[in-house]
Amino acid sequence: MTALARLLSTSTVRWLIAYCAVFGIAAAGVVGYIYWQTNDLLTRQVVQTLAAEVKGLREQFDLGGVPLLARVVTERSLNAGSGLYLLSSAEGAKLAGNLSGFPSELPGESGGGIFHYARASTAAKATPDREAVGVAIAVPGGYTLVVGRDIVDQRDFAETVRRILLGGLGALAVLGLGGGLVAGRGILARIEGMRGTAESIMSGDLSRRVPVSGSADELDRLAGSLNGMLERIEQLMTGMREVSDNIAHDLRTPLSRLRTRLESALREAKGGGVAREAVAGAIEETDGLIKTFNAMLSLARLEAGAAGTLAVTDLGSLVTDAAELYEPVAEERGVHLTTAITEGVMVEADRQLLGQAVTNLIDNALKYGAGSAIDVAVRRDGVAAEIVVTDHGPGVADGDRERALKRFVRLEASRSESGSGLGLSLVAAVARLHGGTLRLEDNVPGLRVVIALPLGGT
Amino acid sequence: MRVLVIEDDREAAGFLLKALKESGHFAEHASDGEAGLEVAGEARFDVLIIDRMLPRRDGLSVIESLRKQGDRTPVLILSALGEVDDRVKGLRAGSDDYLTKPYSYSELLARIEALTRRGSSSEAVTSYSVGDLVLDRLSHRVTRAGESIVLQPREFRLLEFLMKHAGQVVTRTMLLEHVWDYHFDPQTNVIDVHISRLRAKIDKSFTVPLLHTVRGAGYMISDGAR
Repeated sequence: MTALARLLSTSTVRWLIAYCAVFGIAAAGVVGYIYWQTNDLLTRQVVQTLAAEVKGLREQFDLGGVPLLARVVTERSLNAGSGLYLLSSAEGAKLAGNLSGFPSELPGESGGGIFHYARASTAAKATPDREAVGVAIAVPGGYTLVVGRDIVDQRDFAETVRRILLGGLGALAVLGLGGGLVAGRGILARIEGMRGTAESIMSGDLSRRVPVSGSADELDRLAGSLNGMLERIEQLMTGMREVSDNIAHDLRTPLSRLRTRLESALREAKGGGVAREAVAGAIEETDGLIKTFNAMLSLARLEAGAAGTLAVTDLGSLVTDAAELYEPVAEERGVHLTTAITEGVMVEADRQLLGQAVTNLIDNALKYGAGSAIDVAVRRDGVAAEIVVTDHGPGVADGDRERALKRFVRLEASRSESGSGLGLSLVAAVARLHGGTLRLEDNVPGLRVVIALPLGGT
Repeated sequence: MRVLVIEDDREAAGFLLKALKESGHFAEHASDGEAGLEVAGEARFDVLIIDRMLPRRDGLSVIESLRKQGDRTPVLILSALGEVDDRVKGLRAGSDDYLTKPYSYSELLARIEALTRRGSSSEAVTSYSVGDLVLDRLSHRVTRAGESIVLQPREFRLLEFLMKHAGQVVTRTMLLEHVWDYHFDPQTNVIDVHISRLRAKIDKSFTVPLLHTVRGAGYMISDGAR
């Protein structure tokens, strides 16, 4: 059912259904028109024939009166085919013709219309099951002449035409839809393959390539171009990672030594208070440098999707732990830190990375929330789990929100606080690694930061 | 304490050996994985400090073969990588602790001291006591001089960890790792505030302080000043 629903939701099949509907309406119109035209044409023929007959019979009457008319009617009745005749007297007695009596459906004298009659004129009580078109005309002297044409064959012919047209239309629709669905499924399967590749690449597996069917059709050409592009991206990413790994190695070693030397200098500087203070200060600066440097490296790894192990995690307890870690600091600063946790919200998460992201957000709210109350919440929003950290401080201006997520960007007002400017980029990278997003919203007043993650587990 | 340092960076190793000797420890050095494995097999050490990236034999493989030989000597692994999954890999290979370069010497010292003491104090201990402070691990009760002290669950775990390592320096990172299971550094120093809360509960109304701050290193719980 879901497979069918998915198939029905694809654009190919939607187009196909729309096309079939338009085609069906057009074809039904054509069939209807042909049927109507056929019927109309046949009816007109009948009417013309009747008019000609009536004219001819009237001429006979003009030549030889009722006796000649009766003779002609009798003659014609004998080899009539589909022709129907009746000449009756004023009293209603039949004088000549192959109809057994005046058709009651005809509107008396001098009128035309459709009537039913029984074919076997000899059998007295045959049921009037045949359909015919006829006219009755008054002949001077009180006589009545009926001229008609059997139209059953004509109707049958029209019916056959209609049936053939409808059957053809049905077959066309079934073949069209069926063929379209089969073709659609084939294309859908290939597009699904491309989508799967794109998703695993987005989650960090850069070695994946779009499957190529080998038929060299337009989808294969597209796949070829995409694969070329992916190849190039992978090369660039590998290059970037090599560079950053090399920088990591080349810079961390001297930083490491710098710190060690300063530490041993601090141990050896027995006396002089000023020198000790200076060395201790230098160690602190080095630590800050190392911290920023480590943050850069983790960010690079996160963005390459090369970090983290996801496991089903209770988001509520993860966020409660992070809030609890900061609660004493908040209290010390006179900030009201509250939590509103929806129980049982499970996500696929790396506890360390997501924990770091949440503590980063609480840390930011403490630093830039200007001492306003902070609320940390976990909630379920449709298919997403959300971590929401809000403050009531000055917030971030509309235009700056996008910018605040960029690396090293620190909004002017916040320069005075310590920090690397990597905090929010790290949170965004963690959210992305978990298949989620990071949003900054206006809390009027204050800032509301939302990490939205896909719900996972049960 | 007898320490073996397996580290290929001669300068870093030199500083480390010097610092260890200054702290009153006996330290030996091996500069690659194979040599390290050999030295570790020849003599008994209280702790091994092993760099992860080593020539001839990788640090993780050194630990693995030591463990295979039945050598249970505590191992602290040093690494320049320092991502969480690297730490997990290190612990899985059989190391007991993990430290990312660049590290501070006081951090390293605190950690190897905690590792060596760990061997003697087993998990079966049901209560800790320092001076007149007693922590009962089964009933989760804490008393000082017979007076009951009410602690939050996290404060209890914090005190438990400090008391388990009574007389040893415990760093902020060690507390974050063992009490909160966080292997990252929060941007603000949150541990200090947790400590001062705990201190207010266990030390405030008593004349002899038990919970001490060790400048530039961390904290230590002990009776009497050290």
